[in-house]
Amino acid sequence: MGKHVVVIGAGPAGLETSASLAKLGFHVTLVEKEDVSGGHLKKWHALFPTLLSGKDALETITKGLDSSIKIQTATKVTGLEAVNDYFTISGHNGWQEKADAVVLTTGFQLFDSHRKEEYGYGIYENVITSADLEELFASGKAFVNRHGNKPERVGFVHCVGSRDEKVNNLHCSKVCCITAVKQAIEVKQLLPDAEVFCFYMDLRMFGRHYEELYKEAQEKYNIQFIRGRLSESTEDRDGNIVVKVEDTLLGKPLRIKVGLLVLMAGMEPAPDTKPLANMLGLKNVSDGFIQPLDEVLHTNSTEIPGVFVAGTCSGPKSVSDTLADARSAALAVADYLKS
Amino acid sequence: MEKKAKYFGYSITRDRQIDYDANNHDICKIIAKAEPTLNLCISCGTCAATCTAGQFTDFSLRQVILLLRRGETKSLENEVSKCMLCGKCQLVCPRNVSTRNLVIQIGKALYDKKLSAETVNTK
Amino acid sequence: MKLEGKRLIWQDYQKEIADDHYFYARSCIRQTFFPGAEAVFVKILKDELGKDIHDEQHHTSCTGIGYHSDVVPFDTTMTVVARQFALMTEAGYENYAASCVTSFGLYTEILDTWHHFPEKEAQIREYLFKATGREFTKPKNLAHASDIVYKFRHQIAAKAKYKLVDKNTGKPLKVVEHIGCHYSKMFPHKGIGGAEYPYVLSGMIEAWGGEVIDYPERRHCCGFGFRQYLVQANRGFSLSCSKKKFESMEPYEPDMIITNCPGCPMFLDRWQYALSEMEGKTYGENHNGIPVFTYEEVAGMIMGYDPWEIGLQVHQVPAEPLLDKIGIPYDSSRKFKGKNGEDLGMPESPSYLKFYSE
Ligand SMILES: Cc1cc2nc3c(=O)[nH]c(=O)nc-3n(C[C@H](O)[C@H](O)[C@H](O)COP(=O)(O)OP(=O)(O)OC[C@H]3O[C@@H](n4cnc5c(N)ncnc54)[C@H](O)[C@@H]3O)c2cc1C
Ligand code: SF4
Ligand code: SF4
Ligand code: SF4
Repeated sequence: MGKHVVVIGAGPAGLETSASLAKLGFHVTLVEKEDVSGGHLKKWHALFPTLLSGKDALETITKGLDSSIKIQTATKVTGLEAVNDYFTISGHNGWQEKADAVVLTTGFQLFDSHRKEEYGYGIYENVITSADLEELFASGKAFVNRHGNKPERVGFVHCVGSRDEKVNNLHCSKVCCITAVKQAIEVKQLLPDAEVFCFYMDLRMFGRHYEELYKEAQEKYNIQFIRGRLSESTEDRDGNIVVKVEDTLLGKPLRIKVGLLVLMAGMEPAPDTKPLANMLGLKNVSDGFIQPLDEVLHTNSTEIPGVFVAGTCSGPKSVSDTLADARSAALAVADYLKS
Repeated sequence: MEKKAKYFGYSITRDRQIDYDANNHDICKIIAKAEPTLNLCISCGTCAATCTAGQFTDFSLRQVILLLRRGETKSLENEVSKCMLCGKCQLVCPRNVSTRNLVIQIGKALYDKKLSAETVNTK
Repeated sequence: MKLEGKRLIWQDYQKEIADDHYFYARSCIRQTFFPGAEAVFVKILKDELGKDIHDEQHHTSCTGIGYHSDVVPFDTTMTVVARQFALMTEAGYENYAASCVTSFGLYTEILDTWHHFPEKEAQIREYLFKATGREFTKPKNLAHASDIVYKFRHQIAAKAKYKLVDKNTGKPLKVVEHIGCHYSKMFPHKGIGGAEYPYVLSGMIEAWGGEVIDYPERRHCCGFGFRQYLVQANRGFSLSCSKKKFESMEPYEPDMIITNCPGCPMFLDRWQYALSEMEGKTYGENHNGIPVFTYEEVAGMIMGYDPWEIGLQVHQVPAEPLLDKIGIPYDSSRKFKGKNGEDLGMPESPSYLKFYSE
């Protein structure tokens, strides 16, 4: 066949798309702006719902890569142009290639929790994000808060930067409810005496075995779920975080002190996604994620023939959803290049 | 001559069910028109968590919105007057509900229509 | 707490504050609550900083309290405020400086309303003209008086005789800052430092040598809440709000509270008395309360102005323990003497709160 495909972004989506395309016989270049591939998966200690090690998962995904795939790391794609029946893709460092098709797998960026000023991230030491917590788990260090104490209570705040029009994000990030449940369990495993609370608006346990994990969190770990969204957090003298929510089911405002507060930061489109989409003339969608040709039927094609999407650059997804999406993108590319 | 109610040592228990069919829903319609963001509320309670009035009185804007949507006009009237219109809730609402105007519109509609007298109170 | 984190946020909430030529509109209640505060502001601006400030005599209440208590309709309020703007225009000024936080919030709200609804502005201009024959230009710069003191905080520090430092220990005084709700909660970008971590008073405290305390109920309202206080039966809510704050700040052992609103110092000060009478509880050590000041009074204190000249004797929570800590001299025998030495009469001594007289 000899057709050439450039895949932009070497997270789970880019890796799996490239592997599948190579298996289908295409020449693939996988471009990644960072020095190492793996995307966000590099940072996750254990994955829901099975607690599979993030490292192992990444290794398995990477093993699938054929040696014919050219991996161009440390190259941030900054130019994308459709020329007649091919595309020119160029990087910030002068790298340039032509391709018969392009797959955008630029992924997501973690919501910057500093933007929720009232939650005190970056100000109160013991307010951290879910990503910081994964890092803490992965480090294998003793589980202590930023004041060196074993927290007696840990709180998880759902929907930080998601479902919040005050930061211009209406969408649900899908993975953070189950991540909170997973991390709450992991905290209880490390600190069996700690009390753990999740503050939520809705618990979105949509995936296979998510509800079971939620039940396990209640049954085995006695994790408390309080239905209310945080209005603010502050710090007490000992560096504990004092949070305010309404216990909506009781209809009363509630105040509670926790030794560590974890913000479940949501997903936003990766910063380069929009400029790249604009260069190709793809329609902008209000939430900033790339709009596939059809959200039900053609989830990997776009309005522009030869341009495909996979993974979280077209909306929040779990790793398993991302991988399935990547494989299906490879088939869509094959379909296009064969015709 | 006025008849005296007979007392048998027990009373008729008042039904606490929300009688959705008997309740008056006009007021909700009027307000949804005047302040359409009413319909965007997801009952998250952030407004009630930050509300100063709710710290010391039995008051929650989230519940006010629900009373309105269920047609519980009598309770609504009691509740809504506790709001001080400070607008703190507007600062935090994740759905950009125009909370302050909502309260103003509820007050207006209750006043205009004097609906309260005709409505069944189920609270 | 990481101060750098706050500094990052503060960078996002800076505002333009005029450098000179202010049209000053006093508050309708501050002169009875804290009679020296506004005089100190005018004195510092004029005499210490050499600024031109027009102390307008003909302006009225902005109607803010009536507006927020639901008794004055917004159109009336806007027309009254339009008249204040007309007075400014007639006096030849374009930088409006409001003494009151509620007025400042209201002016901001009105200017924002007019920005979004120019037809409303036109209508108000017409009302004003019909009623008074006056016309106006909108302020080029709108500042709260605390913004102006914030702007010149370093100049004030350079001229100051005293610092917010305990003279015995050499340690900075622990200061609670309390910002009026209408300063930046409605329009965060119009207040220095924004709504969540306002910097306007913190900046002064830092510049004058003190240490700012961040306690859990820092953001909570002082309790004035207009309707909470104005109806006597509701005053318990007002009191309870203040109590919530005192209980939250008490463990930090604050030396003083500084505020920038007419209502907050009034309630944080007077309610300490009420709470002590009702519950026998005081929030400072040795039956002292936590002294409460306006930022102007604090500026005057560190400048070395006579404490009784700037009205500290009308505080319910005595200022003496703090004056002693800083080392500011005062003549106890003159505490209850008026401007011309006449006897003002001795107030009744509270049951629990320590009272200071000769
Ligand atoms: C806190 C948190 C915990 C999570 N935990 C789990 C879990 O336990 N289980 C699970 O299934 N899912 C989890 N997820 C979701 C998971 O991270 C995503 O499903 C997955 O990372 C999506 O992969 P992706 O390739 O689409 O995007 P990414 O992982 O974001 O990868 C995108 C890649 O593209 C690169 N890139 C971007 N722009 C350019 C450019 N211009 N040029 C070159 N390269 C570029 C980026 O550097 C990056 O390497 C979690 C998510 C969060 C936020
Ligand atoms: S998955 Fe849960 S926490 Fe995440 S945005 Fe959706 S509802 Fe909120
Ligand atoms: S406007 Fe009313 S409901 Fe909203 S915070 Fe203020 S008092 Fe509470
Ligand atoms: S904060 Fe907004 S969405 Fe949440 S309960 Fe209040 S009005 Fe509804």
